Amino acid sequence: MGLRGDAAIVGVAEIKPERKPVGEQLFSIERWAELARTALNDAGLTARDIDGVSVAGIRETSMFAPSTVAEYIGAEVNLADYVDLGGATGTGMIWRAAAAIEAGMADVVVCAIPSTPIPQPPNPPSMAGRFFGASSAAFGSPQAEFDIPYGNLAQNCGYAMVANRYAAEFGYDEAALAKIAVDQRTNACANPNAAFFGQPITVEDVLNSPVIADPLHLLEIVMPVSGGGAVVVASKEIAKRTKNRPVWITGAGERLASKTPTYMPDLVRTPIKYAADRAFDGAGITRSDIDMVSIYDCYTITVLLSFEDAGFCGKGEGIDFVREHDLTYKGDFPSNTHGGQLSYGQAGLAGGMSHCTESANQIMGKAGPHQMDKCDTVFVSGNGGILSEQVALVLQGD
Amino acid sequence: MDKPLPVPTPTTQPFWDGLAEGQVRIQQCDDCNHWIFYPRHLCSNCLSSELSWKDITGEGTLYTFTVAWRPTAPMFADEVPQKLAVVELDEGPRLTSTLVNIEPEDIAVGMRVKPVFEAVDDADITMLRYEPT
Repeated sequence: MGLRGDAAIVGVAEIKPERKPVGEQLFSIERWAELARTALNDAGLTARDIDGVSVAGIRETSMFAPSTVAEYIGAEVNLADYVDLGGATGTGMIWRAAAAIEAGMADVVVCAIPSTPIPQPPNPPSMAGRFFGASSAAFGSPQAEFDIPYGNLAQNCGYAMVANRYAAEFGYDEAALAKIAVDQRTNACANPNAAFFGQPITVEDVLNSPVIADPLHLLEIVMPVSGGGAVVVASKEIAKRTKNRPVWITGAGERLASKTPTYMPDLVRTPIKYAADRAFDGAGITRSDIDMVSIYDCYTITVLLSFEDAGFCGKGEGIDFVREHDLTYKGDFPSNTHGGQLSYGQAGLAGGMSHCTESANQIMGKAGPHQMDKCDTVFVSGNGGILSEQVALVLQGD
Repeated sequence: MDKPLPVPTPTTQPFWDGLAEGQVRIQQCDDCNHWIFYPRHLCSNCLSSELSWKDITGEGTLYTFTVAWRPTAPMFADEVPQKLAVVELDEGPRLTSTLVNIEPEDIAVGMRVKPVFEAVDDADITMLRYEPT
């Protein structure tokens, strides 16, 4: 069932997250091309090796993004994918690329997501729609009619309602939730690329930060940054002649059922359960085989739910699990070793890709100061919207 | 920017007409008896087109909530603290609403709630808000 494990991540590119980006502004097709070049260079491949593109975050066009990108980089491709899974886009791109490669449709697929400010035209369009976040305000959109008018829009209030439901069913300890942010900040302080490098925090800092939407504190919520990420996914034949230790994509799963959390079948039993079971079954390994987890962390509550629902602890045991484990890169359950998006920064759609690039870098042994001593097997989760699109990957080195 | 208001569609108009009359009215599938919210063209359980509008009490339990101390968007600044709610109707479906006539510290998951029909000034729309029973 699932992937055979015959495709690998062979190259990685990251745009350093910046809270207040300075320097040259480029269009997203230009950034996409830069990411592709960097990731190909990292693999020891060239532009002429590309025969597949997987595209998201191209802001110069609302349609036909893959052909826009292929034309721009001068590539004739056999796979032109556009992935629309919010924060699960990066993970979703990677298993689709691996499946296409295993099916013989392509050999070298660049999956890239740019998320940096783009140059503005002389008369910039209205920014009025930006308050709606991932919610659609278009006429006929269920959200526009039944959710946005009540103020239920963007992400904070949705995740806050998830946390309150969790508290009512299983109990809550805000200090344990805060510890997730603190351990990840420890990781970020060993990652010079992280947005919060050099800024350690304590549980008290988290709990003393303002409550944005009860029970979520400011420091439990991702920091938007400029950035971007990319990987090159290649066939076994290509992987043999690339520079890095291949990162085999041995398991994958995907699950979603809703856009707005109001309509989720169960707000605190999340789709990652099914995605993770499928990924582990496909890879033929168990949870105890995992050296590191890279868990989509838009909010601390997302991490807690993912630990439980992906099967690293029992349902309702996440708070004890967090209390009992050291989640840092030197700890007994390394999680989000780059700092996670909470401390590395969330570069829009590319935020989820950072979990993939970090996992690949750890397996390749080139993560930097926060490199783990041993990292051969990683579990990655992607999460879009409010616990909506969820994707799981198992990545393994030889 | 003005506060965004619902714009009924041909499919959803009976729901909004009900609210204007002080009545919660949702769809039920004639084929599988599934209760449906938000209103749809087809049943969200069996994709049947045979849906009927039914008047219900609109009462339910509070499935979850949050109190937003920062506005969820600038247009909602006048509502802070926003008491955002997900209500589970007694028939089963959930809907998004806001709570009125209750203080933030008194809100609890699982509490019984009932509809409050709030006609919006200068607009031909009635919002469905909730208060404790």
